[in-house]
Amino acid sequence: MSGARRSANSEAMSENRSLWRYANPAEFMRVSGVILPWAAGAALVLLLGGAAWGLFFVPPDYRQGETVRIMYVHVPAAMMAINIYFIMAVASAVGLIRRHHVSFLVAKAAAPIGAGLTLAAIVTGAIWGQPTWGTWWVWDPKLTSILIMLFFYLGYIGLWAAVDDPEKAADLSGVLCLTGVVFAFLSRYAVEIFGDQTLHQPASLSLDAETNVADVFYWPLLVTIAGFYAFFIALVLLRARTEIRLRRARALKLRRAAMETA
Amino acid sequence: MRAAWALLRRDVALSLRIGGGGAMGVAFFAMVALLTPLGLGEETDALARVAGGVIFTAALLACLLSLDRLFQADWEDGALDLLALGPLPLEAVAGVKALAHWLTTGLPLIAAAPALALMLDLPAAAFWPLMTALAVGTPGLSLIGAVGAALTVGVRRGGLLLSLLVLPLYLPTLVLGARAVSRAAVGLDAVAPLALLGAVTLLSLVAGPLAAAAALRVNMR
Repeated sequence: MSGARRSANSEAMSENRSLWRYANPAEFMRVSGVILPWAAGAALVLLLGGAAWGLFFVPPDYRQGETVRIMYVHVPAAMMAINIYFIMAVASAVGLIRRHHVSFLVAKAAAPIGAGLTLAAIVTGAIWGQPTWGTWWVWDPKLTSILIMLFFYLGYIGLWAAVDDPEKAADLSGVLCLTGVVFAFLSRYAVEIFGDQTLHQPASLSLDAETNVADVFYWPLLVTIAGFYAFFIALVLLRARTEIRLRRARALKLRRAAMETA
Repeated sequence: MRAAWALLRRDVALSLRIGGGGAMGVAFFAMVALLTPLGLGEETDALARVAGGVIFTAALLACLLSLDRLFQADWEDGALDLLALGPLPLEAVAGVKALAHWLTTGLPLIAAAPALALMLDLPAAAFWPLMTALAVGTPGLSLIGAVGAALTVGVRRGGLLLSLLVLPLYLPTLVLGARAVSRAAVGLDAVAPLALLGAVTLLSLVAGPLAAAAALRVNMR
């Protein structure tokens, strides 16, 4: 965006608003415009590379056979399902405490991505579970808690959609997200703590575990996880930028309408 | 303190006079619980096994359905603005309103639960754990519900949205309460889930009024 256009825009926006608030989106647009192509490029390379590695250059597992390859979608998606909600909670907290408006928009932009990846984790898990466990779905603690996550995302998206005033919607959904993150953790542990029987294997990888998945499976998995993160960052920035542009367009339209009627 | 007492008396009186108060909630509670044996048909053995979970689920739904009027009537006629200007902080208003909701919804449910437990063939060993779980868990339902009610107070026909927001927040209470009952039914220790249920309710006591007041402030500006 050229300097002249930007200043024209911010002039249009700053009418009866404090400058500080709209200084922030402008800065966000500048920084995110620089990051976006890099994140998108990294996502493309890592996802394609990781998928090719996982699909063609990893031996089939000695018990799961070829179905093990679904891990390269399932594990990153399940990881993101939980992490994105946490990211949204942090963004909402920043938004509520510092009155940082872009922060709310990032949380709003992240929610559908989180919901989509949660759904992806559930669907890929079911596709994997059918040949391996012999069932599409079990009410197992891990499966239940990921399904619960989906409803937390849907509630958050629903609240944004239901409140007309975008300022109010931002604050209310921020309050919901912060309350939700507490109860999402609680329900996760509530279903896991007395989970007598579990079909789901323990976490495929964690930093403090002694045994992770075997190295041949491990490295391509790290690549696809990095790819999912890059993909998420690119998509969040893109969606947040679109939202900011939409609001600018709306503000300009309102201004023009006001000038015409005056 | 006097303001809180006055608000509590006002809210309890209002909900007792309008719409039958707790009676409607109890009727709904009983109806949902009695749908289960009808749905299950001849499987009477299964009934005893699911009784605790069914009663808890029914209590949760009965609580949920009476939430939408928690703040809405006061918000519409402006009473909430007066309350916000009054001597009580908004957090306390939300807390007192949640307490009034529990007195007119949760308490009647607990009173009706023994009859339902009997009709649903709940094992005798699970009876007291069920009553304890309801007594410990239902205040949490009202407190968490206050958050959802405050968030959706400005939304027209927010009932469905309210359910979508509040039900996920109710899950820890449901899971722990139902688990306490099902463990007691097979002779396992029910103290641990009950203690955790108490922890969830105490957490709701802190988080509920805070979040509800924050949401009300946003809606009133």
